[in-house]
Amino acid sequence: MTLRNRWRKILSYLMLSLTGVCAVVAVVMLFLILGYLVFNGWRSVDWDFLTKLPKPPGELGGGMGNAIVGSLQIVLLAALIGLPIGFLAGVYLAEYGGHTFAFLVRYMADLLNGIPSIVIGIFAWTVVVVPLHHFSALAGGLALAVMLIPITARSTEQFLVSVPQTLREGALALGASQWKAIATVVVPAAYRGIATGMILGVARIAGETAPLLFTSLNNQFWSAGFSQPTASLPVMIFTYATSPYQDWHRQAWAAGMVLLLLVLIANVAARLILSRGISVQR
Amino acid sequence: MATSVTLPAHSPPGARSFFKRLTSGDEIARLVTTLFASFILLLTLGIVWELWIHSALARQKFGFGFLTSTSWNPVTDQFGALPFIYGTVITSVLALLIAVPLGVGAAIFLAELAPPRISSTFTFFIELLAAVPSVIYGLLAIFTLVPLMRDSIGPFLKARLGLLPIFSGPIFGVGYLTAGMILAIMTLPFIISISRDSLLEVPTEQREAALALGATRWESTWHVVVPYARLGIFGSIFLGLARALGETMAVTMVIGNDPSIHASLLAPGYTIAAIIANEFAEATGDLYLQSLVALALVLFVLTIVINALARLLIIATTRRGSSQA
Amino acid sequence: MKKMSLWLGAFSALALLLVVAEAKVLINGAGATFPEVIYTKWFQEFPKKYPDSQINYQALGSGAGIRQLTEGTVDFGASDMPMTDAQISKMKVKPLHFPTVLGGIVPTYNIPGVTQELKFTPPVLAGIFLGKIKKWSDPELKKANPDVKFPDTDILVVHRSDGSGTTFVFTDYLSKVSPEWKSAVGSNTSVRWPVGIGAEHNEGVAGLVKQSPNSIGYVELIYATQNKMGYGAVENAAGTFLRANLDSVTAAAAGAAKNMPDDFRVSITNAPGKQAYPISSFTWLLIPSKLADAEKKKALVEFLRWMLTDGQKYAADLGYAPLPKEVVAKEQKAIALIQ
Repeated sequence: MTLRNRWRKILSYLMLSLTGVCAVVAVVMLFLILGYLVFNGWRSVDWDFLTKLPKPPGELGGGMGNAIVGSLQIVLLAALIGLPIGFLAGVYLAEYGGHTFAFLVRYMADLLNGIPSIVIGIFAWTVVVVPLHHFSALAGGLALAVMLIPITARSTEQFLVSVPQTLREGALALGASQWKAIATVVVPAAYRGIATGMILGVARIAGETAPLLFTSLNNQFWSAGFSQPTASLPVMIFTYATSPYQDWHRQAWAAGMVLLLLVLIANVAARLILSRGISVQR
Repeated sequence: MATSVTLPAHSPPGARSFFKRLTSGDEIARLVTTLFASFILLLTLGIVWELWIHSALARQKFGFGFLTSTSWNPVTDQFGALPFIYGTVITSVLALLIAVPLGVGAAIFLAELAPPRISSTFTFFIELLAAVPSVIYGLLAIFTLVPLMRDSIGPFLKARLGLLPIFSGPIFGVGYLTAGMILAIMTLPFIISISRDSLLEVPTEQREAALALGATRWESTWHVVVPYARLGIFGSIFLGLARALGETMAVTMVIGNDPSIHASLLAPGYTIAAIIANEFAEATGDLYLQSLVALALVLFVLTIVINALARLLIIATTRRGSSQA
Repeated sequence: MKKMSLWLGAFSALALLLVVAEAKVLINGAGATFPEVIYTKWFQEFPKKYPDSQINYQALGSGAGIRQLTEGTVDFGASDMPMTDAQISKMKVKPLHFPTVLGGIVPTYNIPGVTQELKFTPPVLAGIFLGKIKKWSDPELKKANPDVKFPDTDILVVHRSDGSGTTFVFTDYLSKVSPEWKSAVGSNTSVRWPVGIGAEHNEGVAGLVKQSPNSIGYVELIYATQNKMGYGAVENAAGTFLRANLDSVTAAAAGAAKNMPDDFRVSITNAPGKQAYPISSFTWLLIPSKLADAEKKKALVEFLRWMLTDGQKYAADLGYAPLPKEVVAKEQKAIALIQ
């Protein structure tokens, strides 16, 4: 083998192993993140942490019970508003689309998807907080819902479109009206993918902080309703991490661990559901 | 694509009376779903509208000079966007400089070399990285990256390359470089995922042709496959860029919050998203608040443009099929 | 279909369950981090005596307190900077200022190898925050602290990035003692800092200084003591170097207590008096003069009364100075102004 060819071969092995290193680094990153959080946080996730209210700055102890419940409230609200709208919009795009209007809606959904979450927070502030003169879980839930809608719409559309035409035509041939065909045949056929999309969307917004900073704000006590400021896990993590108190840092790690585990479990579960079957059968 | 199959079971299309369509529920269903779909349209337009309205004062007072002014002074009511645009762009570019080689490299490995099982398992884990919330990246960055920067990386860079203006000045630990590094980790999964998909789309004939002509594995990959998939790879880079531009929490926690332009990467700075997050709830004075909304408008336009470019590139790849490299 | 409706049903039931319907009077306030430590303590202790109320205080900074009160999104505000006439004119309902405690702002630092308490003269402080004094080994610092061995490192300045009453008090002081500062920067809740990195709230500054070697910042006394951080003595108008503590801060308010204006808006930085700590300040609760909601009004009035009597007892333990007697008496009369 000539010298040049030997060099080319060496270069080939070198570069390709480098790419392998890159891939390993990327994967290791995830485990480092998870590991670091668990290592720093697991000791602090105790009964106190899960159920008690936060203490004033400087005092030890207390927990994030209100933030956990608050996050649940806000995310639930966002899901109640965002999922149905997104789902129905997705149905429209998949089943009635094809005109310029559908194209426009699809383009706008992608646009909405790409808007930074802080800008959506400003929108929710102008539309809910200012007129009602109140920071509220409602405003926070709305901001998150606005983010959830395009995600849900596009994923619903994607899975409905993947249902074979034959299924639709079969239903129609048997005498079903169009909407009945969609509702009783096509949607159930794609329900796995649609559910996956919804779970992933909710997991995504559950971790968002920026839109909550000036909508649901924060609260030291248990949230007293949807029209009141509400504590949430991401905002608490932000507040505690940037503080000087060791005890708050400890709690921030615990909260981070809880949040990350919830998000990762949702993601893994969703993907497992999806991989179980690209649903064609009922 | 749409599936507008409207085969009414008994009558020719359109002949079914409106009343019949209405009672059979088709018209209602269509109306309802169209309503919700148009909601998306209204929502997006509403956001643009609100941003436009609530930045009126700032736009009137500063005009396009807003984009080039470097002052941010609440005492004298002088506001300009340049330091934030600079910070946003610099941190995102830094993020890409780190994430693109790493990401494309990993994508090449996953698409070309790895056996399918390893490829899908690795991809599964890498895509999970995209699900980690921003505030958690920020949490990690404060307690790991910042001390690392301050104690190891910063001094190392200063010692070796301190003569360059980009590594001059005191080392705070927070700053452009730290923000760029955490952003790099956050954009990595997007670049890897989409680049890998683009690389997988390249027909095997291309690879085999190159190998048949005597190329090494690497040469075939780098000089044939990657260029073939370059549109998709660029698309992934633009997508990563768009995400990095809008990232708020992780950046806010490590950028240093200094509304000035510094040449040194070790210096603190500010991004558009970070200043909005920090100062929105407390901007005393209408002009102050509206200047922040004007900043949001700038960011909005920036991300829209980059996202549009990204999607165009990605769509172009998937539609190409078997065209020339 | 059935499954979907089942899920929807479960969702909504859960949603209803999570709405905690309480009969309490809910009051929301926002503002300064300067007094956050004692306010959060108060709002925890007060309901123990008056269980019908729940006061949620968010320490977002004085700027936010003023702004949110102006917008009407909170029921009361809190600020270390008295509202300016311009700010008051923007409000639909005129706000009343009620001083709550006195506090001192300390220059806190983290210099590896330096454990002694440093002395800062006004020119030195101004010089550091103007960026004129760049290194710890600067001769100006040596002059004021001849016994201290300073490292030859860059000074990392940490300031506030949010709208802060603490910033106002600090810059107000610097404006009074340094003409250069006054013309170059001025004083306000948010200023154009010549150097340094910004952190959010008192906690953020304390956190950053604590973690960054060779840094200096300005925080309310309690944040430095709670975190066992070093803080220096400042030379006052009479030439004495004083650290902030109960006595020195109280001394700073002595003159103002006797001549307190009716609206309680006053600045006590660089106060005369041998024992007066120069960077001291009152901090105020901003209560609207007219409250539409009778329940909220009742709760707030009760809180103010409690704060002026029982509440003051908590101040000393938390590093704040209680209000002078004359001020308390004047405030008790002023409560009647709330309609």
